Amino acid sequence: MSLKKIENKILSGRRLSPEDAITLFESDDIFTLGRLASRVAYRINGNNAYFVQNHHINPTNICVNRCKFCAFSRSKGEKGAYELSIKEIIRKLNKGQRAKGKGQRAKGKGQDKLNSSLVTRHSSLPFTEVHIVGGLHPDWPFDFYLEMLRQIKKSFPHIHIKAFTAVEIDYFSKTSGLSLTDTLNALKNAGLNSIPGGGAEIFDAKVRSKICPEKIRGKRWLEVMEKAHSIGIKSNATMLYGHHETYKHRVEHMLKLRDLQDRTEGFQAFIPLSFHPKNTRLSKTVHCSLFTVHSNGIDDIKTIAVSRLFLDNFPHIKAYWIMLGEKIAQLSLMFGADDLDGTVIDEKITHSAGALSEKAMSKAELINLIKKAGKVPVERDSFYKPVNSLE
Amino acid sequence: MKSEKNKINRITKKEGLKLLKDSDLLGLGTMADNVRQKLHPKGIVTFIIDRNINYTNICINRCAFCAFWREEKDPEAYILDKKTLFKKIKETIALGGTQILIQGGLHPEFDINYYVELLKSIKENFNIHIHGFSPPEICYIADKMGFTLKKTIKVLKEAGLDSIPGGGAEILSDRIRKKLSPKKIGKDRWLRVMEEAHKLGIKTTATMMFGSIEKPEDIIEHLDAIRKLQDKTNGFTAFIPWSFQPGNTELAQRTAYSVQRKNALRRTHHAVRYGATAVEYLRALALSRIYLDNVPNIQASWVTQGLKLAQIALRFGANDFGSTMIEENVVASAGVKYMVSINDILNSIKGASFKPAQRDMYYNIIQSY
Repeated sequence: MSLKKIENKILSGRRLSPEDAITLFESDDIFTLGRLASRVAYRINGNNAYFVQNHHINPTNICVNRCKFCAFSRSKGEKGAYELSIKEIIRKLNKGQRAKGKGQRAKGKGQDKLNSSLVTRHSSLPFTEVHIVGGLHPDWPFDFYLEMLRQIKKSFPHIHIKAFTAVEIDYFSKTSGLSLTDTLNALKNAGLNSIPGGGAEIFDAKVRSKICPEKIRGKRWLEVMEKAHSIGIKSNATMLYGHHETYKHRVEHMLKLRDLQDRTEGFQAFIPLSFHPKNTRLSKTVHCSLFTVHSNGIDDIKTIAVSRLFLDNFPHIKAYWIMLGEKIAQLSLMFGADDLDGTVIDEKITHSAGALSEKAMSKAELINLIKKAGKVPVERDSFYKPVNSLE
Repeated sequence: MKSEKNKINRITKKEGLKLLKDSDLLGLGTMADNVRQKLHPKGIVTFIIDRNINYTNICINRCAFCAFWREEKDPEAYILDKKTLFKKIKETIALGGTQILIQGGLHPEFDINYYVELLKSIKENFNIHIHGFSPPEICYIADKMGFTLKKTIKVLKEAGLDSIPGGGAEILSDRIRKKLSPKKIGKDRWLRVMEEAHKLGIKTTATMMFGSIEKPEDIIEHLDAIRKLQDKTNGFTAFIPWSFQPGNTELAQRTAYSVQRKNALRRTHHAVRYGATAVEYLRALALSRIYLDNVPNIQASWVTQGLKLAQIALRFGANDFGSTMIEENVVASAGVKYMVSINDILNSIKGASFKPAQRDMYYNIIQSY
C-alpha cells in the first residue's frame, strides 16, 4: 500500500488519523516508516538520543492482582515472595552512591577514567533518578509509602523520585480512603517528583479482561494521570503489545493518550513495551501464531515508528532497552526513538519474565550504542534537561 | 544499484567503501532489500536443519577471538568418542536434520587417517550430508601429511566429505590476521583451499567475522576477495557475515589490559569491548548483499545477533536463516546463548512476511511451511 498520502500529511505537519496509523502498521515498507519517523524525531529532538542514570527499586513482588502477563508477582506466603523494609531500600541506594565515590577516588589517583567504569560496571553505578514500582501489597498502609518517600528524600535530597504507577496510586487511594487528588498531593508532599507510565497495558476492555482482569480499567488509568498532571506531576505512558491485541487496539490506546496529552501536556515519554512471554501464565494461553504476528523485531521497530508519527504531541519516544534488548533498542533510534532509558540498576520485573538483556548497562555502553547509531548522546535528568555535556 | 550485467555495472571497491562508511543505514538497507528481492523474488526464506558437531576443542592455533579452544591438559579438553558422535547424528536425523556441520580444533596428534576414518564411519552408518572441516583444518591435515591441498581435499571427498564450511575466514586481510590469529592460515591459503575445493566440485560457503579490530577497508578487501574467486569458480553457495563476540576471549581481555597500561588504544578497546552493535551488523550485512552480486545467498546470523535482529536482517539483504543449530558450542562458550527452536525460526520468518522453507546445502527446497 502506498504511504504517499500519509507522507504528505507528515511532511506538512498535519496530524495523522487513527486510520492512517493502522495503514502504517499494516505496511511492509519499514524503510519509509523509519525515514518518516526519524524526520519527526529530528524535528522535535534534533540528533539527540537521551539516557538517564537510574536505579530501580521494587519494594515488593507481593501483589493482589495476578496479571497473566506478569512473571514478577507472587501471592503472600508464596515461595519467592519478598518485602523490602525502608532501611533495606536506603541500603540498596547507598550501595550505588558508595560505588560512585569509589570510582571518583580511583580517578583522583590519576588512573584512567575507563578504569573506574570497568570497576563499577554491572555492580553498582551512580544515578540521578530512582524508579520505584512494586506489587499491590495486601497489608502495607499508605503511610508506609509516604514514609518511604520521605526517608529517601532525607538521605538523598538531590535524587529525583519517579514512583508508583497509576495502578498503585489508585490502590493507595482505596486502601487509605482518600480521594485521588488527596492521595496524589500526599505523595507529592512526601517527595514524589514524577510518575512512571506502567500499568497502561492495552486500554481496550476486552483485551484487558484477558490479560489482567483484576487491574484497574483503562479509563481509571487515564483519570489518575489526568489528576496527576493537573497538580503539576509529570508522567510517562506505556503500551504493552504483542499478546492478544490487534493493530486497532494499539491505535485506540495511543489515541486516548494523544487526546489526554492535548488537554494536559503532562506526558513526557511514550514507552511501547514488547511482551515477554517466558515464565508468564499468558504464554500458555497466547496462541503461537498470534504471538508471532505481534512480537517480533520488525514489529518492535514498526511500533516505535508508528508511535513517533501518531503521538505528535509527545516530546519523547523511549526505546526501553531492558524490554527490547540493546540491539533492537539501538536500532529504534533510527526509527523515531530518542531515549534509551538508562543504566537501570537492579531491574527485576522484565528479567523475571526471561528477558535476555543485561541487568544493567554502564554509561559507557549506552554512549557507545548511541554514537554507533550516529546520534548525539545526552545524559538527561528526569525532565530531559542535559546533565552533562559529553564531549 | 545497477546489477543486470554484473561485471560491467557492479560496484567498485571505492564505491563499496563509501557505502560502508558514509551511507545512511536505511538507504543502504533499501538498496540491499531491492537486490535481495531481485535475486529471490518469491519471498521464500530458507533454513537448514543441521547440527554443529565439534569433534575436539583441543587446538594448537589458540586464536585470540576464540573462547572455545583448550590445551590438551586442560580438564575441559575433549575428543568426541564414536558412541557420542553417532548418538548426536541419530538425534539430528530424528529431528528432521539432513546435514551435520563437523568442525573442530587442530589437534596435535591427528593426521588424515583420523578424518578419513571419521568420515567413512559416518557414511557407513548414516545417510546424511557432511559439511565439514574449514580451510584451517584442511591446511593442517595437508601440512601434516605433506600433501597438496588438492590431494588432501580429494582424499577427504572420497571418504565422504560433501561440502566445506566457510569458517576460518575471519577477515581476509593479513594485516588483521597477524594480530587476531597469527598461527592461523593467511588470506591466500584460505582462498586457495576454496578454489581447489570448487575445482573438485565441492561447494562451500564463506564467512566474515567483523567487529573486532578491522577497519572498513579490511571489510572491503574481504568482500572483494570472495567476489573475485566466485567469478572464477562459482563455488560459493552462501555468504555469512557475523560479528565478533567479545565475552570470555583473550582478545577482549588483552585489549582492555593494554588500555590500562597505555591510553593509546582507547578506540580499539571500545570496539572490542563491546563488539559490533546492531547498526554495524546490519550495515555490514547490507553491504555484503550489494557487493557480492555473484553469491546467490546471504545468511542472517541469529546465533550471534539473536532472533529479533536476525529477523530484521531479512530486510537488510539476507534471504536465509542459516542453521537451526541443534547444538552450538563455539559461540555459546563466548557467553552468547539463544535458545531457539525450529518453531521460533518459522515464526520469525513468517512474522517478517516471508514464506519459510527447509533446504539442503545446495539450497534445494526440502519442505515448505
